[in-house]
Amino acid sequence: MKKLLKGNVAIGEAAIAAGCRYFFGYPITPQTELSEHLATRLPEIGGVFLQAESEIAAINMVYGAAGAGGTVMTSSSSPGISLKTETISYIATAELPCVIVNIMRGGPGLGGIQPSQSDYFQATKGGGHGDYRLIVLAPSSVQEMYSLTTKAFQLAETYRNPVMIIGDGLLGQMMEPVEINDSFLTPAQVDKPWATTGCQNGQRRIINTLYLDPETLEELNQKLQQKYSLIVSQEQMAESYLTTDAEYLLVAFGTTARIAKEAVEAARRKGIKAGLFRPISLWPFPVSHIAPLINKSRAVLTVEMNCGQMLEDVKLAVNGKTDVYFYGRSGGMVPSSKEILDKIIEMRDRSYECCS
Amino acid sequence: MNAVPKIPSSLTDKQFHYCPGCSHGIIHRLVAEALDFHNVRENTVGVASVGCSVLAYNYFNIDMQQAAHGRAPAVATGIKRVLPGSIVFSYQGDGDLASIGTAEIVHAAARGENITVIFVNNACYGMTGGQMAPTSLIGQVTSTTPKGRTQPEAGYPIKVTEMLSTLDGPVYLSRVSVHKPAQIRKAARSIQKAFRYQIENKGFSLVEILATCPTNWKLTPLEAVKWLENNMIPKYPLGEFKDVGV
Ligand SMILES: Cc1ncc(C[n+]2csc(CCOP(=O)(O)OP(=O)(O)O)c2C)c(N)n1
Ligand code: SF4
Repeated sequence: MKKLLKGNVAIGEAAIAAGCRYFFGYPITPQTELSEHLATRLPEIGGVFLQAESEIAAINMVYGAAGAGGTVMTSSSSPGISLKTETISYIATAELPCVIVNIMRGGPGLGGIQPSQSDYFQATKGGGHGDYRLIVLAPSSVQEMYSLTTKAFQLAETYRNPVMIIGDGLLGQMMEPVEINDSFLTPAQVDKPWATTGCQNGQRRIINTLYLDPETLEELNQKLQQKYSLIVSQEQMAESYLTTDAEYLLVAFGTTARIAKEAVEAARRKGIKAGLFRPISLWPFPVSHIAPLINKSRAVLTVEMNCGQMLEDVKLAVNGKTDVYFYGRSGGMVPSSKEILDKIIEMRDRSYECCS
Repeated sequence: MNAVPKIPSSLTDKQFHYCPGCSHGIIHRLVAEALDFHNVRENTVGVASVGCSVLAYNYFNIDMQQAAHGRAPAVATGIKRVLPGSIVFSYQGDGDLASIGTAEIVHAAARGENITVIFVNNACYGMTGGQMAPTSLIGQVTSTTPKGRTQPEAGYPIKVTEMLSTLDGPVYLSRVSVHKPAQIRKAARSIQKAFRYQIENKGFSLVEILATCPTNWKLTPLEAVKWLENNMIPKYPLGEFKDVGV
């Protein structure tokens, strides 16, 4: 079944389809439609929508609700995510499944409300304190806002880990037809023996992140790291477009990938063999997918709506094998395909200079 | 005859780590006895806060979650919304509840969230070494008010229970003390009532308990009891500030 949906609404509908019945949030642009949609939809199906007093309260409600066995989501935008980070670290430590949506806006500071990707570091490198990881998914269409949201809930339950979906206002506002997956509509009942639901059956459960004994805390860290290694080996996701013969490889995610795709097509029309690599999982970064493409390319161009954040992961993956260029716009400015094409041409000219 | 008081089934047999003369142990026992009294041990989820009682999950023989500093009422809200039929309570100190967690306690109360809050007011930050708390008295010497708390520098103490009683959400708000046997009995009844209202789905209840912290007050346990009686009770009068549950 296909439905025309707005990006933010698609996330809400997908969450419901995946079994989410609890939403805690605090108003902030540009994720508004998602909260407002769920404020209507969740009570209709016996779920709970609660407008919390702050993002801090909202994420702590998520902690409590996830710990009690609920299927839970919260959403916010950049400054609001900053407020949530202390408890995101707690959630990762206590291994509570939940989904956190960040419809990013231009930063730093209060910034603006226009589309941005400047929370890449915050999402993929921690944000909060301690050695924890979020699984981070970056949709680039309304269809993916839907399908990656359902995927996010599955991953959260499978790994008992918080999963973050990052988008921006452009994707959130965009309307596109979406294939609704009915198979999720009766979500599988996940057994959560660890959840604090009252100790009726003997053994009591404790959800805790305090480990005063350093040896025990190190053991906890090692256990988490083992889980993260498993995720790295199992959950890398990416899309490759016209990369089979690509000499110039663009790397972009989310909204920027849509524009980069147009630039790749324009470059092809000019006879430049460009291709696009689009990470879908930002953490784990899809190293195993990009590695074979790097070996074939003369140069790599990373395009982002920030000042160069994913660039660091691209450089790590490239590991000096080829030149890495960067083009970014920030503050809510969206790069045009023309700007990207100019950058591709410049990259081509420079790579000929150094190779001739 | 040596009558050894029975351990309530809502407490584990783990020995408390609290200092001699500290009120936390007595308060734990009263809460556990109230859970036993109402026979809800197996249907209760407690929320421990950050403070000296952070390890409360080792002592209460029930399902427990440990919350970030100040956020216990939000965590309790999340639990209660998923498990509306369960009994949910938070156990919080005055730094946790009346300073970093003011927003969470006010809004949980304003929503009339059907939870019970055990609020332990010992007029200082116990765990971090006796710094000024929002409830520290004017003139009280603490490690961060070495010459005594004064208003121009550090403001006035917050009377949480009085403040919350202006809200429509709470059904039961009281302040009790555990410095004398007669007071302990009153406190026990108040805590029992707070849980009863929750069991009857009446709404938000909070019991503030005046408590001693001999270690950080730099007093002997006996002196601490006297100090509480002479200094805290005049500023924090005991009684029921709101009771609309009957
Ligand atoms: C975000 C954060 N800030 C500060 C602390 C440090 N801290 C731990 S306990 C505490 C004060 C607790 O005092 P109170 O709530 O009065 O409880 P008591 O120890 O007196 O029982 C503080 C500030 C922390 N753990 N987390
Ligand atoms: S420091 Fe104070 S509050 Fe903490 S255990 Fe000791 S006496 Fe009790």
